[in-house]
Amino acid sequence: MSDDDFMSDEDFNDESLEETDSEFEDETYDDDRYLKYDKPQRKSYEVEFRVYSDSQIQKAQAEQIEEVSNILGLPSEQCAVLMRHFKWQKERLIEQYLNSQEEVLGAAGLDTNAARTLKIEKVKGFMCDICCNDENGLETFALRCDHRYCVECYTVYLEQKIKEEGESGRIQCPCEGCSTLVDSKAIKLLAPKSVSDRYQVLLNRTYVDDKDNLRWCPAPNCEYAVDCAIGPKQLTTIVPTVVCSCGHHFCFGCGLNDHQPCPCALVKKWIKKCEDDSETANWISANTKECPKCLATIEKNGGCNHMTCRKCKHEFCWVCMGPWSEHGTSWYNCNRFEEKAGVDARDHQAKSRASLERYLHYYNRYANHEQSAKLDKDLYLKTEKKMTLLQSQSGMSWIEVQYLDSASKVLQQCRQTLKWTYAFAFYLERNNLTHIFEDNQKDLEMAVETLSELFERPVEQLASLKVEMMDKTAYVNNRRIILLDDTAKGLLEDKWNFTVDLN
Amino acid sequence: MAALPKRIIKETERLVADPVPGINATPHEDNLRYFDVTIHGPASSPYEEGIFRLELFLPEDYPMSPPKIRFLTKIYHPNIDKLGRICLDVLKTNWSPALQIRTILLSIQALLGAPNPEDPLANDVAQRWKEDEKAAIETAREWTRTHATV
Repeated sequence: MSDDDFMSDEDFNDESLEETDSEFEDETYDDDRYLKYDKPQRKSYEVEFRVYSDSQIQKAQAEQIEEVSNILGLPSEQCAVLMRHFKWQKERLIEQYLNSQEEVLGAAGLDTNAARTLKIEKVKGFMCDICCNDENGLETFALRCDHRYCVECYTVYLEQKIKEEGESGRIQCPCEGCSTLVDSKAIKLLAPKSVSDRYQVLLNRTYVDDKDNLRWCPAPNCEYAVDCAIGPKQLTTIVPTVVCSCGHHFCFGCGLNDHQPCPCALVKKWIKKCEDDSETANWISANTKECPKCLATIEKNGGCNHMTCRKCKHEFCWVCMGPWSEHGTSWYNCNRFEEKAGVDARDHQAKSRASLERYLHYYNRYANHEQSAKLDKDLYLKTEKKMTLLQSQSGMSWIEVQYLDSASKVLQQCRQTLKWTYAFAFYLERNNLTHIFEDNQKDLEMAVETLSELFERPVEQLASLKVEMMDKTAYVNNRRIILLDDTAKGLLEDKWNFTVDLN
Repeated sequence: MAALPKRIIKETERLVADPVPGINATPHEDNLRYFDVTIHGPASSPYEEGIFRLELFLPEDYPMSPPKIRFLTKIYHPNIDKLGRICLDVLKTNWSPALQIRTILLSIQALLGAPNPEDPLANDVAQRWKEDEKAAIETAREWTRTHATV
């Protein structure tokens, strides 16, 4: 096995060197807006991506709006509305605007009468249609559509829309049927700071939501967005795992936690299957048998072993599953284990159970690694404690004990990968390629378990195990790379046969 | 309960002083936010000559949120379910604080005149409306006779 490993290691390096087409892209993105640069050489299972911070997203929007504003000669808050309406497709907006100015403005909820500046006014003899207040000196406001309401009602209205309904770019004039949009200038004029801040945040989100190549990092409280060019159509051939600046690994295609090597479509099917089936299947497997004739699932809730199927009225023995007619008088005490009819019945049942067992085989392994992943946090804390302890016991420096930290990180990552290899395997049709995959899986799993075992050793031993652990860590990581590379290439070349349709 | 907002007072006054033909809305004496409503079925609809009772409640943040309205009289209509709840855009997403009790009740009357089985609330009714409109209308007429005439 180890010879083989060596070979594939080198193979892999050679191939990844050949893959240089990514560098071309890198150069075109030479821009200081980006926080993170890709490693120049991508492995076949890696994708190119950038991470943006909140302020970078705002800046990117402002730049684009400014540019369009210069071209069209419109105030920037109106251009912002137009850009949002056109989902940030600058060229399309400019082209259509130049063709039919009025139509574009109207469709985007802007009024063509742009001359008047928006301000809070007092109007004589005015009554607000919302609160019916008609006091003298009431402060009022109207958008370009001239539907005028008192400032107090306007403010409450905006607060409701922004804070309660989470709207931003599509807030319309309060008048029924009027589609004039409330722009950011009006919000600043009318709403308290907390509301207009919220408005800005929500507006920022629509930018990311509107653009297909952007996605928010789903980690709690993380405010970074990731830019990646992988579209929904490519998801059958690639698993686009990205790493946010906050450290969260996630799939750009579906937003779930990193699920390499399993493609998004399989992940979705698998999760659904697990939600639907797992507990039920486990229970059925543990507590029921099937009627040998009609295969109805039966739970024996008491009484003797002489069963009569409710559905097909077949009479059989619960113990040996053979027909009751062959049991003669030896009731309640089945000693007829070798009889042919009983064997047949059990065979039949075994077959129908096989698919269930196959599922449970993969599910249990998947769940096992998932459970380990849940313990990640503990593992991390434990690692830190071990590192401190090791320092004080062996006199090693903080830098010198870092190998424990990297071992724990690699362990976590590999468990995550292993978990999804089982979902992948469940949907895989058996052929020669499957053997290679399963060998890779087995090697990774064995390596992970060995490293895990080393990791759990008492602290006194850890210092002397340093070299071994570092070697193992590198080895485990390599096994992971090999497995992911193999599966990713298979996906790209459409080599895998799945039992379900990926589309 | 807090003092009744001016808006509700004005609207109520106007409903009484200048009622809409075929629609009647009267507030309860002990709760001025709760209205008893009757709507006459529009002419040349299966609900013609029926008088439908509804209840209407103005929530605390009215007019920022829409009034809550429900049919009390049984009615066979694809957009009104067994409990009398109504599927109408202006009562939900398209509500605007500039709309009033009066305009909403008119919209409901219009809904009786123009059922929309494409956007159903009562699936069984809508299904029948699409498959056999004639029979569905006959049932609606029958229900109007049995439940909505005094």
